[in-house]
Amino acid sequence: MGAPLVEIHHLSKAYRRGEQIVPVLTDITLDIARSDFTALMGPSGSGKSTLLNLIAGIDKPDGGTLKVGGIDITRLSESALADWRAAHVGFIFQFYNLMPVLTALENVELPLLLTGLSRAQRRERAALTLDMVNLSDRLEHYPNELSGGQQQRVAIARAIVSDPMLIVADEPTGDLDRQSAADVLALMQRLNRELGKTIIMVTHDANAARAARAVVHLEKGELIGEPQPQG
Amino acid sequence: MYVLRMVLRNAFRHRLRTLLTIAGLTVAVLAFGLLQTVVGAWFAGAEAASNARLVTRNSISLVFPLPLSYQARIRSVEGVTEVAYSNWFGAVYKEPKNFFAQFAVSPNYLDLYPEFVVPPEQRLAWLRDRKGALVGRQLADEFGFEVGDLLPLQGTIYPGTWEFVVRGIFEGADETKVTRQMLFHWDYLNETLRKTTARRADQVGVYVVGIDSPDNAAAISQRIDAVVANSLAETLTETEQAFQLGFVAMSDQIIGAIRIVSYVVIAIILAVMANTMAMSARERTAEYATLKALGFGPGFIVALILGESLAICAIGGGLGLALTTPAAEMFKAVVGNIFPIFQVSSTTVVLQAAAALTVGVLAAIVPTLQAARVRIVDGLRAIG
Repeated sequence: MGAPLVEIHHLSKAYRRGEQIVPVLTDITLDIARSDFTALMGPSGSGKSTLLNLIAGIDKPDGGTLKVGGIDITRLSESALADWRAAHVGFIFQFYNLMPVLTALENVELPLLLTGLSRAQRRERAALTLDMVNLSDRLEHYPNELSGGQQQRVAIARAIVSDPMLIVADEPTGDLDRQSAADVLALMQRLNRELGKTIIMVTHDANAARAARAVVHLEKGELIGEPQPQG
Repeated sequence: MYVLRMVLRNAFRHRLRTLLTIAGLTVAVLAFGLLQTVVGAWFAGAEAASNARLVTRNSISLVFPLPLSYQARIRSVEGVTEVAYSNWFGAVYKEPKNFFAQFAVSPNYLDLYPEFVVPPEQRLAWLRDRKGALVGRQLADEFGFEVGDLLPLQGTIYPGTWEFVVRGIFEGADETKVTRQMLFHWDYLNETLRKTTARRADQVGVYVVGIDSPDNAAAISQRIDAVVANSLAETLTETEQAFQLGFVAMSDQIIGAIRIVSYVVIAIILAVMANTMAMSARERTAEYATLKALGFGPGFIVALILGESLAICAIGGGLGLALTTPAAEMFKAVVGNIFPIFQVSSTTVVLQAAAALTVGVLAAIVPTLQAARVRIVDGLRAIG
């Protein structure tokens, strides 16, 4: 087995609330292997979303090291971190975060603007990716013309279109009905198993967590036990 | 193209709000253009005046005349090539509302005004008729005067009924020349005064002096004033342009107020536009955070907000610009003869475009800075 994709050592993070300093993550040490599908679980305020944000490089820790793909992302400047995210991280949000003024095709094309691809190449790749998530008949639809499940599938297509090594998902089924949630989780499992994508998913839904290969529990900013492998 | 499409779609996400802002911008740019045109029209006469002609008047005030005898003395001054004279007549044509300028002028007056073009036969006819008058094209068109018409005026400064015959119609050499005035023989006025009020005879309002070179204007002016220094009627000589600007200066405060109002209009629409952009940017905080999470830098966010602001200002400003000339025509028709020249100048058009551009840039500054500064995790929380 090679080096883990994500290596977290003694990571800590606190927020300042007025005069008070509120610790959110305390001394987190965790490795996540390549091509793993890990669920971060815990009650509200446990720090799971903060940990996901740190791994995704959209927040900075106060202490410790955090390497992704061998790069210590805590040492990167803002612009270098932005370039790193564009190249290596795909995001799936609870409320999809699609651009309402862009069609499904344009939303998926969006991350490719940061690559050197031509317009035709971008559109071809975006269409192919939407086909992968079974939305080839919705290319020209705007987000408000799609169901929640369809919007989340567009968001997943946007997350994978630039072929990132890591996909982070924050409560990806939190806003979906049961059937749509099941479809989205099945799609994420496919991405993990068939394409070998490393996925880290925050959820407080035990059903959703069952889709992952391993579950990490957090409580009050601390890891509870070791990652639990699943079926 | 992708970004432009995104900018334009963003601009019309809240259609009503954007349309109202565009309407405001249109009105503001239009009002700014009209007010600037009013200011320009005020100065138009003075700007069209020549620096190559001098005007000599009584140094105490324009209302005090100068002796006719000064003509020969001024003519003798070095650098002077021609001396004409005129009197403001100030009579009424039928009704006081039919105001137009009338000047009693010396026979050589038109020699100093090549910008007034009279057909030679009409000028000859005028010179031969003591009661003859020349009217400008604008005036002739306004009142329907034609050559041969009888033109009665009711005197105010010079009481009585005065009768003239239109002997010619002069054109302006170009469209900036005001031709809304009437010229007639100073001799006709003077002969009548000799009979009625002799003490007012043989006096002229101003001398118009032709000089050899505009570069010598200051020196010649001093020499003319020196010739009649220490006399009962000392003179003040200045270029015709300075003389005209002296009139405009009397209304300097009004012009200043109009200018200020025109800039206040732009300041108000800037506040409206800034508010629109601030609201739009605040509503899209989560979208900007998402873009940043995807790896887009602050420059992309700046391009989206600034582009949207400029797009709205370009549409509103463009409409305002397009409507300015037709509105100016309507304005001119309404105000009638207050502004004989009321044209939207190219400078005004440039100022309007610059105002719209400035509003577009300034309105985007604060929302741009806020959006560029927002932390991704904070921005993502902005989702409901």
